Amino acid sequence: MSNFSRKIESILNIRKVSISLFRDGIPQIKRLFVNCVPTLLALAGFFLLCGFVLYVRGQNPLEFYSITFVSGFASFDEFGYVLFNATPLVFTGLAVAIGYKSGLFNIGCEGQLYIAAFTAAWIGIHLNLPAFLLVPFCIGGAMVAGAGWGAIPGFLKARYGAHEVINTIMMNFIAFALMNYLVTSVYQEPNQMIPHTRQIYEAARFPRLASLLPGLPQSNPLNVSFLLACGCVVLCYIFLTYTRWGYELRLVGNARDAASYGGINPDVVTIWVMALSGAVAGLAGAADVMGYRYRFLDNFSSGWGFTGIAVALLGRNNPFGIFAAAILFGLLNKVALDIEILLEVRRGLFLAGQGMLIIWLVSMERISRNSGS
Amino acid sequence: MIFELIPSTLRMATPLGFAALGGIYSERAGVINLALEGMMLIGAFGYVIGTQASGSVWIGLLVGISFGFVLALLHAVATITFQAEQIVTGVGINILALGVTEYLLTTSEQVSGLPQWQLPLIGSYGFIVYLLPVLMVISHIFLFKTPWGLRLRAAGESTEALEALSLSRVKWQYFGVLFSGILAAIGGCFLASEVHYFTKGMTAGRGYLALAAVIFGNWRPLSGVAACFLFGFATALELANRWNIPGQLLNSLPYILTMIVLAGLVGTSRPPASLGKMK
Repeated sequence: MSNFSRKIESILNIRKVSISLFRDGIPQIKRLFVNCVPTLLALAGFFLLCGFVLYVRGQNPLEFYSITFVSGFASFDEFGYVLFNATPLVFTGLAVAIGYKSGLFNIGCEGQLYIAAFTAAWIGIHLNLPAFLLVPFCIGGAMVAGAGWGAIPGFLKARYGAHEVINTIMMNFIAFALMNYLVTSVYQEPNQMIPHTRQIYEAARFPRLASLLPGLPQSNPLNVSFLLACGCVVLCYIFLTYTRWGYELRLVGNARDAASYGGINPDVVTIWVMALSGAVAGLAGAADVMGYRYRFLDNFSSGWGFTGIAVALLGRNNPFGIFAAAILFGLLNKVALDIEILLEVRRGLFLAGQGMLIIWLVSMERISRNSGS
Repeated sequence: MIFELIPSTLRMATPLGFAALGGIYSERAGVINLALEGMMLIGAFGYVIGTQASGSVWIGLLVGISFGFVLALLHAVATITFQAEQIVTGVGINILALGVTEYLLTTSEQVSGLPQWQLPLIGSYGFIVYLLPVLMVISHIFLFKTPWGLRLRAAGESTEALEALSLSRVKWQYFGVLFSGILAAIGGCFLASEVHYFTKGMTAGRGYLALAAVIFGNWRPLSGVAACFLFGFATALELANRWNIPGQLLNSLPYILTMIVLAGLVGTSRPPASLGKMK
């Protein structure tokens, strides 16, 4: 009898659990839907706007759409370029998101990645070591340099309450000036007009994926740094979601007072979060030096640090979302080049669209948050 | 030797000064304005295409100002009405301005500059140079000696006080942001009229430098413009290229100084209390 009733009970329990799962599941799906709608709307708006502008200027928007959706996927080669373009944006997007999760705006990714790239190049030029030592040295050096450049605004915020946005912007310009000085006055390749350094040792270079993947032609610049970016996405996800530090970081971002009540020092967290963010942004610089150019070129980044903000926004600060958003922006960068050649549309159109996208996304973020709560 | 540097200092400081005054209006009303850079850029662009299309520099100036106004309206709607994150919106607007100007730029023909006024001892400059000190004084009086200025500052310091008097925070914030767009665009117009043409990204971080001047000058018109003159002098020194100081060091001096001031190591710099906060 008791056995029977227990069985009934357990069946009832299962029913209860499944009902509750069902009940909770709906809001979760709803939330996911609510979360995605603004992003999708913004993206649709982006493409509509681009098409509309082209239409007004007397060009065929359909041609533009067909190029947009075909050009990145027509062959392995084309898709390789998309992933290659996405690589630095994965890093800068993650860097922005790491800061954002902790309530910090890192607008200084651009400066951090320059400093890091130069450090990687310096190590790659001056240390003649075997690859298994030199590659970690270069990557590590880049990360330390980026972290240092990011930690300064973090320290100034923690110690003196100075706003990190202003300081990261200031540090950007200081980095530009410093790099320009170093690469034109001290480390410029001899007998060259171009402001770049000598090439780094072969041992410090990332192999291209073309040598590993048979479908990819040798000319494709996709390299191991893309795999590094993939690894970084997973590591960031694990770090933010499952580790104590990730928890501290998020807690300081969401409830600073609760964090300090719980024995976390928000000032310390601020400093290391900015350092970590700078280190990840620095990987974007290392990826360019070690994987593509094999040297430091002045002004090599085409605003990756700033595009990273858009990437983080679009990916809703989730590492996997950021990965997807970076690939989308990589595609857009490639398409921008294609339409410039094929349709004679200047790529400023995409830049403008990207700016609009940021403004839309950030405006709708607040709306969806208000309607959600 | 210093006197030789006066003309270039004035030319460097004037666009910065206008943008910085704009930044002060916006930030005093509680809205962070990172978009100064984009507003200057679109102002410069508007001046060049307006002048090209109409042949009149006045139309060019008007077009430049209205472009800046439109961009500021976008910033205002996003940050005040939709309460978007002001920093991100500002960055978005800068990217937008960079893209729009690059996309729409068709020719790089030279355009004529704004009329020059000749003054004894100082020399002859575009008349906007002389407007800057006037506007600086007016801004100071407006912000600190009139009830309207008090209300604008209340929007950035203590919204509760403003609402207790049943005055509109939104109205004053809109005013602050829109006016900052106009002023930054005038700065951009001056920049373009000095070099007579538009190039992609020609403001080259001047908007951010103006923002640094706002902070360096503690969000006050007189000291803000003074900071612009200091920064302009640093640039003039760099251009003069004497004494063998690396140009890049002079170039980054304003940023280093601003960081030091912002950290409170030298003097004090206190932002408006509810800057960047929206409810």
